[in-house]
Amino acid sequence: MTDNLQLNAEGKLKHFLSIEGLPKSLLTEILDIAESFVGIGDHQIKKVPLLRGKTIVNLFFENSTRTRTTFELAAKRLSADVLSMSISTSSTSKGESLLDTIRNLEAMFVDMFVVRHAISGAAHFIAQQTAPHISVINAGDGQHAHPTQAMLDMFTIRQIKKDFSNLRVAIIGDILHSRVARSQIQALNTLGAAEVRVIAPKTLLPAHVESLGVNISHDLTEGLKDIDVIIMLRLQKERMTSALLPSESEYFKCFGLTEDKLKIAKPDAIVMHPGPINRGVEIDSKVADGPQSVILKQVSNGIAIRMAIMAMAMQKQGAN
Amino acid sequence: MLEIQDLLNKLEDSLKRKVVERQLNNPLMIGIRTGGVWVAEQMHQRLNITEPLGLLDISFYRDDFSQIGVNPNVKPSQLPLQIEGRDIILIDDVFYTGRTIRAALNEIFDYGRPNQVILAVLIERDGKQIPLCPDCVGTSITLNAGQRIKLMGPEPLTIQLQTLNAVA
Repeated sequence: MTDNLQLNAEGKLKHFLSIEGLPKSLLTEILDIAESFVGIGDHQIKKVPLLRGKTIVNLFFENSTRTRTTFELAAKRLSADVLSMSISTSSTSKGESLLDTIRNLEAMFVDMFVVRHAISGAAHFIAQQTAPHISVINAGDGQHAHPTQAMLDMFTIRQIKKDFSNLRVAIIGDILHSRVARSQIQALNTLGAAEVRVIAPKTLLPAHVESLGVNISHDLTEGLKDIDVIIMLRLQKERMTSALLPSESEYFKCFGLTEDKLKIAKPDAIVMHPGPINRGVEIDSKVADGPQSVILKQVSNGIAIRMAIMAMAMQKQGAN
Repeated sequence: MLEIQDLLNKLEDSLKRKVVERQLNNPLMIGIRTGGVWVAEQMHQRLNITEPLGLLDISFYRDDFSQIGVNPNVKPSQLPLQIEGRDIILIDDVFYTGRTIRAALNEIFDYGRPNQVILAVLIERDGKQIPLCPDCVGTSITLNAGQRIKLMGPEPLTIQLQTLNAVA
């Protein structure tokens, strides 16, 4: 899926649906602008007036706490009015009800949709269908993409490691079901990371994963060598439809990140996780809460990065 | 022609008088990016203010966001967290429409409620669009239509008068 839909005629951000198709300069601009939003949480008034009078609707067709909360806070810190809707997907034919929902909200003069949906391409579909003045942000669609999560991860990496060009990054675990991993791989390659390595059992890797521009390892001990950034993925139990793994404890033994395994990576390696974490399944508590973990920093950065993306997508689009 | 040193001297004198007149107590000096910071650095030194200079980037407070979008060169503002009850000297290079100052005041007040704020600018030019005016100036000038004045810097500081050919 290419997403030139994401950019307007002047090459500025209009929708944010996927990392794919976005140039390095734009990703860097997002990171730079987010930098300036970081301190706002410390102000007495934790707001800037950029999106005053704009209405943003969070359309969550799939459960989420962290993503929805940080999107909501980000919108509020930009002074927008926010409505968060959790919508069950069980009703009627999905395509039709989705469009109906959108048309109804459009009639209420909404300016932006933030969409999470279990079906890949849902945000893209809404962006195609919605009125031209509305911007759409993908907050996770099926197994396709989770671009704001990837950008907050890039932001966290840049905060600590400064530069991508010398970095070796390992993404570990359930790549197959992970929209986060796909977006991260695209972002890391666009930003020029030296190496992106995926480490997973064969059953949890998508077919042709190497075509995404990654090296592959099936052995955690081998794969962690020379790594600067470790990204652990959650074992997505709710998406496991067939027996891909013998057992959780078996998985932890082979692919769980423990203090001992962590020592194989570079001594200043950082440990990331998009959350929610399964302690004792993909990561040991001692690592998750340890000195090399930046997991909570990722959460804080989620607000700043989402502010930047929302502000950029809401700027005036062309002449009208 | 406008001499930068001359203007800086006049602004310094004017500021020193104003500090006494308004009885500023342990003032906090804040410069508006980018030109205002250059002027503020000079005044900070000349008034012997010990507390670090505050830096203000008003990009997120501009009233023309819907026309021009986010400035990609925005930098974080650096203000002390304690603005509440402070006496503030706000500094910019050129006072023109007054909109920058409005944005700056809005941002400062989001950090807290200052006791008083005085505004000092190197050059005040005609073209005011909102009811604000500086307390201290290096000079006040009137320009022809299509002319702009700009402070260039930081090393050396110079004043550039630009004439825009076509008015859109």
